[in-house]
Amino acid sequence: MEFINAIIVLLNYTVIPALTYGSQLALGAIFVTLIYGILRFANFATGDMMSFGTMFAVLLTYYLQSKGISFGFLPTALLTIPFAIAIMIFYMLIIDKTVFSYYRIKKSPPVQLAMVSLGVMFVTQAIIRIIIGPSDRRFLDGEKFILKASEFKEMTGLNEGLTIKSTQVLTIFITVVVVSIMFWFLNKTKTGTSMRAYSDNEDLALLSGIDPKRVVMITWIIAGIIATIGGILYGLDKSYRPFVYFNNMLPIFAAAIVGGIGNPYGAFFGGYVIAFAEIFLTYAYKRFFVYILPESLEPNSLIQLLSTDYKFAISFSILVVVLLFRPSGIFEGKKI
Amino acid sequence: MKKYSNVIAAYSIMLMLIILVGIFQSWSIALSIFNYCMISAVMTMGANIQWGYAGLINFGIMGYTALGGLAVVLVSVAPVPESWRVGGLNMMTCLALIIGMIFSIKYILKKIQKSKKRNYLIAAIIFIGLILIKLISGPAIERIEAVEPAKFGFLGGLGMPVLFSWIVGAFFAAGLAYIVGKVALGLRADYLAIATLLIAEIVVSIIKHEDWLARGVKNVIGLKRPAPYEIDLQTSSWFINLVERLHSTKLAAINSLSEKQELLNQLVINASSVYVKLCFAGMFLVVVITLLIVTQKALYSPWGRMMRAIRDNEEAASAMGKNIVKQHLFIFILGSAIVGIAGAMMVTNDGLFTPGSYRPMRYTFVIWVMVIVGGTGNNFGAILGGFVVWFLWVQAAPMALFFINLSTAHLPETNALRVHLIETAPYFRFLLVGIGLLLIMRFRPQGILPEKIIKQ
Amino acid sequence: MAFFEGNMMTGGYGDGPDIINSCTINVDKGEIVAILGPNGAGKSTAMKAMLGLLNLKSGNILIGGEDISKLSPQERVKKGISFVPQTKNVFAELTVRENLEVGAFLRTDGTTRVIEEIYDLFPILREKKDQAVGQLSGGQRQQVALGRALMIKPSVLMLDEPTAGVSPIVMDELFEHIVQVKKTDVAIIMVEQNAKQALSISDRGYILVTGENKFEGSGKELLNDPEVRRSFLGA
Repeated sequence: MEFINAIIVLLNYTVIPALTYGSQLALGAIFVTLIYGILRFANFATGDMMSFGTMFAVLLTYYLQSKGISFGFLPTALLTIPFAIAIMIFYMLIIDKTVFSYYRIKKSPPVQLAMVSLGVMFVTQAIIRIIIGPSDRRFLDGEKFILKASEFKEMTGLNEGLTIKSTQVLTIFITVVVVSIMFWFLNKTKTGTSMRAYSDNEDLALLSGIDPKRVVMITWIIAGIIATIGGILYGLDKSYRPFVYFNNMLPIFAAAIVGGIGNPYGAFFGGYVIAFAEIFLTYAYKRFFVYILPESLEPNSLIQLLSTDYKFAISFSILVVVLLFRPSGIFEGKKI
Repeated sequence: MKKYSNVIAAYSIMLMLIILVGIFQSWSIALSIFNYCMISAVMTMGANIQWGYAGLINFGIMGYTALGGLAVVLVSVAPVPESWRVGGLNMMTCLALIIGMIFSIKYILKKIQKSKKRNYLIAAIIFIGLILIKLISGPAIERIEAVEPAKFGFLGGLGMPVLFSWIVGAFFAAGLAYIVGKVALGLRADYLAIATLLIAEIVVSIIKHEDWLARGVKNVIGLKRPAPYEIDLQTSSWFINLVERLHSTKLAAINSLSEKQELLNQLVINASSVYVKLCFAGMFLVVVITLLIVTQKALYSPWGRMMRAIRDNEEAASAMGKNIVKQHLFIFILGSAIVGIAGAMMVTNDGLFTPGSYRPMRYTFVIWVMVIVGGTGNNFGAILGGFVVWFLWVQAAPMALFFINLSTAHLPETNALRVHLIETAPYFRFLLVGIGLLLIMRFRPQGILPEKIIKQ
Repeated sequence: MAFFEGNMMTGGYGDGPDIINSCTINVDKGEIVAILGPNGAGKSTAMKAMLGLLNLKSGNILIGGEDISKLSPQERVKKGISFVPQTKNVFAELTVRENLEVGAFLRTDGTTRVIEEIYDLFPILREKKDQAVGQLSGGQRQQVALGRALMIKPSVLMLDEPTAGVSPIVMDELFEHIVQVKKTDVAIIMVEQNAKQALSISDRGYILVTGENKFEGSGKELLNDPEVRRSFLGA
């Protein structure tokens, strides 16, 4: 019994949150890695682009709510996803047309494109703040919990409760579905294969008759879908705040590089590596040990490896270690 | 002279703009903008040395700025004896432990062959070391942070003159740059950018959360100043006499004695703030000009030629026997040290150290916009970039407000759109800087003042 | 008039100096033509000019009598011209089968049958079809590269130093494969460093020096020409 309680504590406070946060990071990291692999630059506007798509979901949710439209026990925001994605893709294609395509055709070095993405970051951030402002917004409605701690305790008779938020289940479920579809598309369709070919060897892809404009466009479309969904899921689970989204760029980059940048599998995996590391290293294990150790050995400190203040620092440290020992990432990414 | 005509033209325009601010807004505002422009210029020169001379991307500007600021606290603040009494010994022991760990690991790396055993040994040293440090420092930190937490709660500094901290700031930043350089300089350009950015985040989060060091997010206020305080000026007779003499005609025009006194008081208050800022401006100007002379000399020395050769063709340079890794590390340290000075200057100017304010937007990305806009590889351009972009950054909001008011003048005061736009005026600075960067990148990729190829 | 002609081609890369000068190369279906010459003679450049990778200042390119000088490389590919670059000529991260599929990107009909034909031509590829090409040996990679280029059923196949960096045994094997391809009525142009071996399987050869045609003739003629032997074949 004690042992089961201990497991429940871990599940409740570490495993489930880490899976959720990991899914959100994974979607962001796939976004980074797609742009890096196919368009060949580090996109510093990552966080703000995700924020851009999410902003429309937030605004549309408010609009639907004001009209009294809801999605039953599910968050209304889910209804807005297609519209948010459409606006996001439209914005990305415009940005590509007006900004990035010039440098791509000129075959500018990746660094220059990265610098240009800084400009896009500033502009996107400005647009977001001018439209919706900098404040914190919640747009989650519908049923908040799938399983409440008290219900779980009643059901099982355990001391520890297990809480499952609906956003957690939604995040994990939608991530798995979206990522599976994306991998299927990349690996099994002609267009997907042509994208991978373009990413692998651009010149030869052109000689094989692959149309670079089409590849670029489809990349932005897929990236837009993934980024918007990732952003909305994060916003539903936590909240929507432009500054936080901008900052999320950092752990997302860490996840993409840890997994092996340019490699979508690596990015997916990297998201969970970062999330689990952050949560496992900053969790105070006192309650866990109280259950599994005999009373005489019970700890009196928190048994916390690092204070939660260092959450971000952990993911960056992992990144530094990976860069030191395996610069191409855990999964082989693009050659450095 | 002709060679520098565009530099002179660009600088004159900048100076004119600042003077216009002085005339239309106030001299105090104009001078604060000017001072911040100069601080930005120093940061930009640091980044420009790395990027323009050697092609190294350092997105960690934020971290070095913060370390420079930390140096001001650690050098100039008076030590807190109570904190030292309750925890000083433990903290010093930890410092000694860390130094011991570093040296023993270095020794092992040198003496023992590469093997599994060596790796385990190093891992063991780090692991045991960390546990010891945590055990020794933990209670000490608690005790230190409990010493008058509203006022102290940290060890304090050395109580030395604040100007000395500018040099210490440079050394702090150089030390960090040495470590970062050793770790990350071998990476490809965009990885280096990300790695330096993330390492800077680590540094800032340590400064933010280790309260015993510099109070963390509780901030350190009332730092010493290398210039007089306004309050002292306002009560010293020589200063009042000076102001009186400068405004004698204006004062003579007023008959009523009490009104005259009131006006004089007002003038003295204004003048004191201007005077203090002028003192800072003078000191900053000395730093900027010294750095400019040194960097210009370096750029056209054999060393500068070598650096540009390495930047333009690494393989050829290395084939000619130039040690690229060493040179890159050197220039990375040098540039970061300059950023460290700027960080110290900034905290000295503000008189307070606020770790929470070190964010990548303001202290990395904006600085990079300055570098690119000004002109990469050109020190005059770097300074100009610092001026132009900082000026836009500060003046964007008033400018946006002006245009919003102009274009919505026909709408009623309470119109939702008008109210919304006026509320969001501060964010137009992002728009302005972003569009400026994109335009420069597209139409003048070498910046306003491009690097000149000097034929010799 | 030959099937594929590059007439009096003059040009270089970007705004740089002219690398080829009034250079003429042509090839007919079912024929192998070798372009030989010393280093820096513009051999690869001549071939790339025919593919459209550089701007010609003068001269024209004809296929089946149609002038294609103004077309982009991609559009020329659609006309049935396939090119195998010297390096990076495979998609290393993709499997063998995927490489072939990408080669057939322009085909609108089913690719399965063509892939089977390629497998028949290069049986080793059938064995390794699900392996990433990056894991294959040098010779096998060259076969993938050839196979990829053949997927569009080209009428012209251009090979840039197909045997560079492979062992002599693999080289002989590759040349055999090239001869087999020729038998399917394809016009083949190849740039080669191994002049003797190349000429021995070629119907005709061109020898370029500083971007101009210096000698041309059938493989046998060139092999037996004393001046060619002395200057270019090293014997």
